[in-house]
Amino acid sequence: MTTSFTTLSGAAVPYLEENVSTNVISVQKPHGSEDANADPRDELFSGLRFDASGRENPDFIFNRPEFRDAKFIVAGANFGCASSRENAVTALSAFGIRCVIAPSMGDIFFNNCFKFGVLPIILPQDDVLALAAEASPGEPAAIFSADLAASELVSPSGRKLAIPLPAFRRQQLLEGLNEVELTLRRADEITAFHQTAEGQQPWIYDLAPGSNAG
Amino acid sequence: MPKTLFEKIWDRHVVGDLGDGFALVFVDRHMIPEVAAKHVHNLKAQGLALKYPQYTFAVSDHTVPAMWAALKNPTDRQNDYTKSMKAGAAAFGFHHFDVDTPDQGISHIVAAEQGLALPGATLACVDSHVCTVGALGGISWAFGGSEVFHVLATQTSILRKPPTMRINLEGTPDRTVTPKDITLYMIGQIGAAGALGCAVEFAGPVIRRMPMEGRFTVCNMAVEMGAAFATIQPDDTTIDYIKDRRFAPAGAEWDKAVADWRTLKSDDDARFDQEITIDFTHIAPQVSWGISPQDVISIDAVVPDPAAEPDSQKRRAMQAGLDHTGLAAGASIEGTPIDWVFIGSCTNNRISDLRAAAAVVKGRTVADNVTAWVVPGSLPIRAQAMAEGLDRIFTEAGFNWGWPGCSMCGGQGNGFTERLKPGIRAVSTINRNLPGRQGPGSITHLVSPPMAAAAAVTGRITDVRKLVGRQ
Repeated sequence: MTTSFTTLSGAAVPYLEENVSTNVISVQKPHGSEDANADPRDELFSGLRFDASGRENPDFIFNRPEFRDAKFIVAGANFGCASSRENAVTALSAFGIRCVIAPSMGDIFFNNCFKFGVLPIILPQDDVLALAAEASPGEPAAIFSADLAASELVSPSGRKLAIPLPAFRRQQLLEGLNEVELTLRRADEITAFHQTAEGQQPWIYDLAPGSNAG
Repeated sequence: MPKTLFEKIWDRHVVGDLGDGFALVFVDRHMIPEVAAKHVHNLKAQGLALKYPQYTFAVSDHTVPAMWAALKNPTDRQNDYTKSMKAGAAAFGFHHFDVDTPDQGISHIVAAEQGLALPGATLACVDSHVCTVGALGGISWAFGGSEVFHVLATQTSILRKPPTMRINLEGTPDRTVTPKDITLYMIGQIGAAGALGCAVEFAGPVIRRMPMEGRFTVCNMAVEMGAAFATIQPDDTTIDYIKDRRFAPAGAEWDKAVADWRTLKSDDDARFDQEITIDFTHIAPQVSWGISPQDVISIDAVVPDPAAEPDSQKRRAMQAGLDHTGLAAGASIEGTPIDWVFIGSCTNNRISDLRAAAAVVKGRTVADNVTAWVVPGSLPIRAQAMAEGLDRIFTEAGFNWGWPGCSMCGGQGNGFTERLKPGIRAVSTINRNLPGRQGPGSITHLVSPPMAAAAAVTGRITDVRKLVGRQ
């Protein structure tokens, strides 16, 4: 799975429900019941896209022909709230959606995006509503594009919006950097921090290695 | 420069500045549920070391059975996840509060009960309700599964410094109003995104008077307002709670710790990005009517009417809530027939919760049409409840008495057998009424333990004040 993000172009699903939880984005399957042959694209919003017998719900927006290859979602406030499950991000990515645009997102969801090469764009509500209007259903789908190196999102009408992202996160996505490798470069700093902290607050750090084993 | 409590703890734990408000933050205690065992084994597979095993603690909570007819003893409750974690803990030399140890329980319960979560300290866990333990005056945060690997290898998390928010809880609630009612009412007022991404400090006289276990309930649901962190200034209540716990500081270090903890508070002139005050004087027991924790009303209120909501987005969300729960706008919520009662979860399965529920159940029986479960938060809580005879009050009334775990909150217990069937209406003490939280197609009403007990014995959503008398 790629963890980098450079450019993206495609349809955007307008899905403005508020407070959509990670468990709705990716319904938790019973442990051990995962079907290795299942289409990984089917995980996303499976509880809404399919009925109990597995038939598609034709009214659900993700099942419309023009959104089957969507690359963006224009979402409502607090998208990806509640559980920490990162499957919400990987389900979007498996479907092909690698950019989430919303007025706000669940904090854990937002952080999880960077681990899987998904670009989260938080914009003012008015901008999100305008983009959703441009993404309205109808064939052929209106095409959005994002260029992270240029920090630019372009709507179907040609409207350009800056992508607000901290430089650190932008760099991480552009280069597909592995967070563990990055942090391990600071291993000496971490060790030094721990030694100082142990001296200052021994009541927190004075658990000897092995004292909690078993 | 004046600082908030959160900022003081944050500043003590920043290993390095990553720019743009991001920092590398040291994790003092890392709790890992058994479902994340694969990340422990990945560490080995990738040839990496566990940076500080002494700060790493595993639990078995998400998948273990709470109810199991054939259950003879706690060791029967193992499964592939607990066994995998047990192997990982043995390989790396960290503690695992597994089902065959005397202190097993839900991670946030265990972290507090064992003296792992401390004032001024950080704690992290791949479980969004880890905000619970911020009630002790530290800061705690959650993340997705991959971050477990990062913390194991580096003992740090990459975090964005959040905006701060103080919520002052004022007033004198009636004695029939529990911390859960206060929490639900607050979320109803603030909204499911009202504290989104914030570090929230709960303050004010309602918090100061509240026992420690109630404070855990309040902080537990901070994530249901969108908060990234929750904390409460430590005081005598906090310090009394921590003293003599297994992994808490002792001897001379205890005295040093307490001296430090007494200084941990937001400066008088500290500036919060947001500050709000809520008065709880006249609130009644709360119950949820929809599919978001913000969808709450007083037990004596009627179900809200989406038609009266001017915002079209909110109107649709309200209608979706009513479509799922099958309630009618304008109808009384009290009296709604129910099928199931679940008293448990990291929100409400501590000893005070069980006592409060048992006080309502005592001398009554579970209604014929209702299945009722009680699942304690940890083995020590379970043992304490049995020493007090609470288990007998419950079982004699017709409740099922369980073993500690997440069970029917999340519906993963015992390989997903502990979940509700579609259409089943439950009254639960859990934290989320999101669709499917207790099983696909099931319906959840969030309440306090006494309200859940009242529903169990009447078979309907019931105003508990009518059973216990009002003062």
